Amino acid sequence: MGAQLRIYRRRIRSVKATKKITRAMELISASRIVKAQNRVSASTPYANELTRAVSAVATFSNTKHPLTTASENPKRAAVLIITADRGMAGAYSSSAIKEGDGLIAYLRERGLEVNTYLVGRKAVNYYKFRNRQIKNSWSGFSDNPTYANAKEVSDELISAFIADAQTDINGVDELHIIYTEFVSMITQNPLTKRMLPLEVVESEATPPTGLLPMYEFEPNAGDVLNALLPRYIESRVFNAMLQSAASEHAARRRAMKSATDNAEDLIKSLTRLANAARQAEITQEISEIVGGADALSSSNSGSE
Amino acid sequence: MNSLKVELVSPEKRVWSGEATQISARTLDGDLGILPGHTPLLGVLVDGLVSIKGVDGTISEFNVHGGFLSVAKDRVSILGESTD
Repeated sequence: MGAQLRIYRRRIRSVKATKKITRAMELISASRIVKAQNRVSASTPYANELTRAVSAVATFSNTKHPLTTASENPKRAAVLIITADRGMAGAYSSSAIKEGDGLIAYLRERGLEVNTYLVGRKAVNYYKFRNRQIKNSWSGFSDNPTYANAKEVSDELISAFIADAQTDINGVDELHIIYTEFVSMITQNPLTKRMLPLEVVESEATPPTGLLPMYEFEPNAGDVLNALLPRYIESRVFNAMLQSAASEHAARRRAMKSATDNAEDLIKSLTRLANAARQAEITQEISEIVGGADALSSSNSGSE
Repeated sequence: MNSLKVELVSPEKRVWSGEATQISARTLDGDLGILPGHTPLLGVLVDGLVSIKGVDGTISEFNVHGGFLSVAKDRVSILGESTD
């Protein structure tokens, strides 16, 4: 076997091995998207009920709560960016990070200091490599977040919001969150949302309920609100994490699908080249034999 | 007889849903029983047992750690931060 042919065959083998890996990752992600989507929809009843309860309290009481009051003179803002722990997901993490860069630039333009909170190793590495300040980061659960993870993150953010930004270096006046919205298997959008100060937004999935009844509060409206609002934030953060996880799987599936397709193309063109090389080798051998035979017969005829 | 439409949900999933005749839960102010026709109410739950008596008479009990209970027009939703 000629050297050229051997090189082609080796490359085909290695591309084939890569293709097997990307194909496997594609299939794994495809099955996990469905699971992640189910978790998003399993969490909506809770989110809907919570939204109803919060809007009920907000409608029937004039209770002021620190989480709903905007600072008159905002000094510092917190930004939470949700990305993936692992790569191989195309532009998934980098588009969330880019969205974050845009938001941070905008906040700085407004004269605010920015504290960044990161979820996912990809964002952490990006920030560390560029020597940027990270206030806090969490990782290890990006593809399968639990409510406990969301609670841990929101607890820290809520306490940062409640602290006074003017005197406390950790205190913030605003909280923004960047996550990737799962629109469909093929579309995922990085989104920026302001979480705090809180505006109670009806979720789109809430059925029209008509007028809310006059509620009695137990023990009283203020305490109910105190207990409700942190849960509300947690559930929003949890929803953002779940959607991001679904988006991550979808992005990875798509990236791995195109990697598999590219590997197939590469194998095809390498096979063509290998065939041509083999043919050239055969042709060369034939012409060498014919040439050799010619030379022999002509030398024989010369001696006669 | 009237019945209550009950949903017991945790952040990760819907734990129990269906029709019930009686519910008891523990709020910040103490134990609370709910029968059909209860006045609209929003209460904060403390860690404790929530028991739901279904229309068929079976009693289901859940450990709820923190959460809320809202009652409106015979519709009861119990939101537990974690339930088991």
